[in-house]
Amino acid sequence: MLRPKFFVYLGIFILLLFMPKLLPVYQLMLFESGITFAIMGLGFNLLLRYTGLLSFGHGALFATGAYAVGMMGKYFPDLYRIEILIPVALLASLVVSAIFGFICVRHTRIFFSILALALSMVLYALLVKFYDITGGSDGIHIDLPIMFGKSFEGMKRFEFLSGAYYYFLICMFAVCTIFMLAIVNSPFGKALQSIRDNEIRAEMIGIRVRRYRLYSFILSGLFTGMGGALWSFVNGHVTPESAEWIFSGEIVYMTLLGGFMVFEGPIVGAILFTYLKLYAVSITQYWMLIIGATLILLVLLLPEGIAGGFVKLFSRTKKVDDTGTAYVKYK
Amino acid sequence: MENWVIYILNGLYFASFLFLTSLGLSIILGVMGILNLAHGSLFAIGAFMAAWVIGSFGAKAPITIFFVGLFAAMGISGLMGLVLETSLIRPMYHRALEYQLLITFGALMLIEDLIKLVWGGTAYYASKPFTVMGNIILGDNQYPVYFIFVVMASIVAGLGVWLIMSKTRVGIMLRAISMDREMARAMGIRIGKLNTLAFGIGAALAGMAGALIVPTTPALLGIGMDPLIMAFIVVVLGGLGSLRGALVGSLIVGETRSIGIVFFPEIELPLLFLIAVIILVFKPKGLFGE
Repeated sequence: MLRPKFFVYLGIFILLLFMPKLLPVYQLMLFESGITFAIMGLGFNLLLRYTGLLSFGHGALFATGAYAVGMMGKYFPDLYRIEILIPVALLASLVVSAIFGFICVRHTRIFFSILALALSMVLYALLVKFYDITGGSDGIHIDLPIMFGKSFEGMKRFEFLSGAYYYFLICMFAVCTIFMLAIVNSPFGKALQSIRDNEIRAEMIGIRVRRYRLYSFILSGLFTGMGGALWSFVNGHVTPESAEWIFSGEIVYMTLLGGFMVFEGPIVGAILFTYLKLYAVSITQYWMLIIGATLILLVLLLPEGIAGGFVKLFSRTKKVDDTGTAYVKYK
Repeated sequence: MENWVIYILNGLYFASFLFLTSLGLSIILGVMGILNLAHGSLFAIGAFMAAWVIGSFGAKAPITIFFVGLFAAMGISGLMGLVLETSLIRPMYHRALEYQLLITFGALMLIEDLIKLVWGGTAYYASKPFTVMGNIILGDNQYPVYFIFVVMASIVAGLGVWLIMSKTRVGIMLRAISMDREMARAMGIRIGKLNTLAFGIGAALAGMAGALIVPTTPALLGIGMDPLIMAFIVVVLGGLGSLRGALVGSLIVGETRSIGIVFFPEIELPLLFLIAVIILVFKPKGLFGE
């Protein structure tokens, strides 16, 4: 049973494969960082849209993935192969998100958000203060990794990024998207949504609420860490700034820009945000004014985000659409 | 022994800023249920305003100029708070948490750049009040009078807020709103006006903290970020929306910071966050939260 949506996805995937031919190198690098943010956004939205928890500290999990790569390069240069680096980054984000999750899921609503923020600032402070290990606020330089036995030594970063790495990234992105689709449509995903909609009722029918929230947090952290690890190669440098709460705020921003009520929303939002931010920075020194004003207008006028707006436009006749009309009611 | 007196006095000095900032944050959180991420920017506005006023009167101006700067800073931050509340925050009361947080996040970015637009990207210095007040002798050490002045000023501000909150009609109505919004409305309290007022008071307190910091630190862009994060910790420690909590929380954080800087400067900041996290795990509502 292949639905029309499947063919749309397939078409987009094929289009993505031709991106290096269509876009100039610089635009392509920007696009790649958008894709890594999109992977992170998928993870973030598992928590926000499907579990009803707003994390204001996801930057720390992103930084964990990125720093895992950086630290491996610094301390185990022999193992600097992408097929080792990605699992290591996932393991690191598993550990960190398990710790964060264990503490955070005891609370919901604004307590959860503040707690996630406080924990992310612990990681940020550690990254800055232990400069002997982490490079402090200068961060760590990320070398080009060995990919499946092929070394890229001596190659320029943009050549690497517009060549083999791009296709690797797109494949990882496809895998992550399919994996996330499977999660949200699985019985586990449905259980999360039932917790989001009515915690007490979910508990009554035998769902272990806190444990499911923890699983959701960890899964979300794994996707975020994956995004961070893949991003580190694109950016070529990791700094503690990605663990700071401002970046965590930007993650929420991206998700809202795309629309968190829609599965594809964070993907659209992440890519658009990357371009919006760079465009704003390039035209004026008052780029924060533009970004901030956009955010305020978005919240006031288009709260369902861009992808959400599209869905709403096309499903106006339907009374209940499958993008989830029911959303957490924060009391 | 004298060193310990200095550490504890320094702790009180840190705590004063934390208290003023977190008191505002806490009032806003308690009365409106909104975590104001733009609070640090209100602090920054106060800092720039005070530094600009004090600096533009030049070196020969009398010390009273400092008070002009202080009140100007409180005025402009309070005004900014009123504008923020009526324009952006008011439509958010019935919206979901993510919108409430994001709108103040947007306001933060907006104000940071407005400051840059108005005052430029340069640093403003206003160290005059600090040098004029001089030092007093404490045992073998000298201690700046200005630090003691700051502690006094924040005690006065704290007392003022406490008097308003516990003795006046407006304060009682504000407390009623923070306890039960719907019931307060049913009792005929005009919630809209009082929300604006509470936001204004909170913002003015942040501006006051900003004005008090400029004699020791130049006003730079992003000056409000650290105080904001610290105020979060204080609010988390003390309990959301509790005046007493803000006081105790800022004393704990201030003293930990002052002593931590001396003995383990490496992990002073992570330690603070860890304390906050531990308290939140065991006392989710903070030390004095209801």
